[in-house]
Amino acid sequence: MSILLKINNLYGGYYQEDVIKGLSLEVNQGDFLVIIGPNGSGKTTLLRLVTRVLAIKKGKVFYKDKNIVQMNLKEFCRKTAFVSQDIGTDFSFTVKELVLMGRIPHLKRLQFETKRDIEIVQEKLRATDLLDLADKCIDELSAGERQRVLVARALAQEPELLFLDEPTSHLDIGHQIQILDLLKKLNRVNNLTIVMILHDLNLASAYANRIALLDKGFVFKEGHPKEVLTYKNIEAVYKTIVLVDNNRLTGKPNIVLVPGEK
Amino acid sequence: MYLKRNLSILFLLLCIVIIFALIKGAVNIPLANLLFKDNQVIFNLRLLRVLAAILVGSGLAVSGIALQAILRNPLAEPYLLGTSSGAGLSAVVAVILGVSRIYMPLAAFLGAVLSILIVYNLASEKGVIAGKSLILSGVIISVAFSSVIVFLVSLFGNEAMHEMNWWLWGSLQVYDYKLLLLVALPVILGICVIYLFAQDLNAISLGEEEAVHLGIDTQNIKKIIILITALITSSLICICGIIGFVGLIIPHMMRLIVGPNHKILIPTTCLAASVFMVLCDLFSRTLFSPLEIPIGVITALIGAPVFVFLLKKGKRI
Repeated sequence: MSILLKINNLYGGYYQEDVIKGLSLEVNQGDFLVIIGPNGSGKTTLLRLVTRVLAIKKGKVFYKDKNIVQMNLKEFCRKTAFVSQDIGTDFSFTVKELVLMGRIPHLKRLQFETKRDIEIVQEKLRATDLLDLADKCIDELSAGERQRVLVARALAQEPELLFLDEPTSHLDIGHQIQILDLLKKLNRVNNLTIVMILHDLNLASAYANRIALLDKGFVFKEGHPKEVLTYKNIEAVYKTIVLVDNNRLTGKPNIVLVPGEK
Repeated sequence: MYLKRNLSILFLLLCIVIIFALIKGAVNIPLANLLFKDNQVIFNLRLLRVLAAILVGSGLAVSGIALQAILRNPLAEPYLLGTSSGAGLSAVVAVILGVSRIYMPLAAFLGAVLSILIVYNLASEKGVIAGKSLILSGVIISVAFSSVIVFLVSLFGNEAMHEMNWWLWGSLQVYDYKLLLLVALPVILGICVIYLFAQDLNAISLGEEEAVHLGIDTQNIKKIIILITALITSSLICICGIIGFVGLIIPHMMRLIVGPNHKILIPTTCLAASVFMVLCDLFSRTLFSPLEIPIGVITALIGAPVFVFLLKKGKRI
């Protein structure tokens, strides 16, 4: 198994204070890695550092053998893509226009999209079941549909590695499963490597082949869901009591919250 | 594809308003007699005004589009960088110093460039431009320069006042066709360059982080766009003074009609702004002829109700 992304002793954050403090992590080709951790543990900051939105203060991140800081930004965005929680709708682009923007990293300056780009967009719209909505404006869509549009746009970049920051946070359970099933299929069938932040530990357990549990800017524990999602680890990081048993359907860890009265 | 349909409709409209602008005026010339030798002088004068209107409308509206996209601020407009008050102040100072009329456009241009430089430097920190500081710096410089203008006018009186009004309310009276040609070059070039950045503007209008995720060097694009819009507006100020409203409202109007995709928005806006300006200039010349109403007044009076109507209707057509 080859290493796709290698994060080496990474430091970074905002202004003077580092949120990520010496974090190391490896992502293998074909991984479905889910990053979990409490609020403020640095999950989103980590993704913003490795997608080059924030400047890295110390440490290095390698994509295959290349230091990402030294890669051309467009080249980097042909290899990796990012899906955010939601998209602003101040500018009401149509679904097709938005997905077509995923082709930007493949275009040279002063080059307009070709037939091939349009075909790729069409293909990704089909893969995300959006063909019927192609000419609608994004502000007319539901949150679940908008999330699929963002995934379609990321796929149009034809990446090898897909980052997602809580893609299910605005969705009901039906749409959560729909998006995650789609990602699982892309992971299995198209061998797309996935690195995703999730808040819901049971969803993480159900879909991940590896989980990284973050705490205070470090990786507290990393590995197979069964190794990471133990009551001890969760209590230590989240400061709350949970019960962990096995999901009767999947055999994977099932986290049960324990409400308490103080 | 609606683009072709929209462009054809707008082009047809433009042709119609141009014909009206050529035949109507203090003296009405019948269409059939338009090219007669007797009418040559009037025809040439009116044609120059039409060309100036098209240039000014397109330039200001496209600058407005680009600035609204990179700053993601609906109130962004071409004079955002203090251009207007800089040009106005410089013109007023030139009048007081007794500079010859011929050099007025140059004085206005230099004033505009100076204020842009000041605002740009105030807003950039370690080479990074933040949208908010840019807008705030622009407002501060505008207020400061405007108060100096009023101060000078109250000291030096009427002549400065007249000059100030000319620059601050604008006019499409073209004194010199060579100046028009000179200004046309940077404006047309600037519009073309902005059009080449259409897809980048699309991505940036979604947010700077989104744009970075699509491989766009947002800091560089922002600088390029600010530079080009500054060049367009400073050049236009030389021939027409300050004409408000066009660069702010026409982009919004067209976004409501054709949507936010800059590949479609920019060409259709050029035509729509041209139609609008030719029409406004026609009204400014003919409504109270032979008196000429400042064109800035007309742009606001026509533009505001049309915009309110579209805002209430609020759908793509």
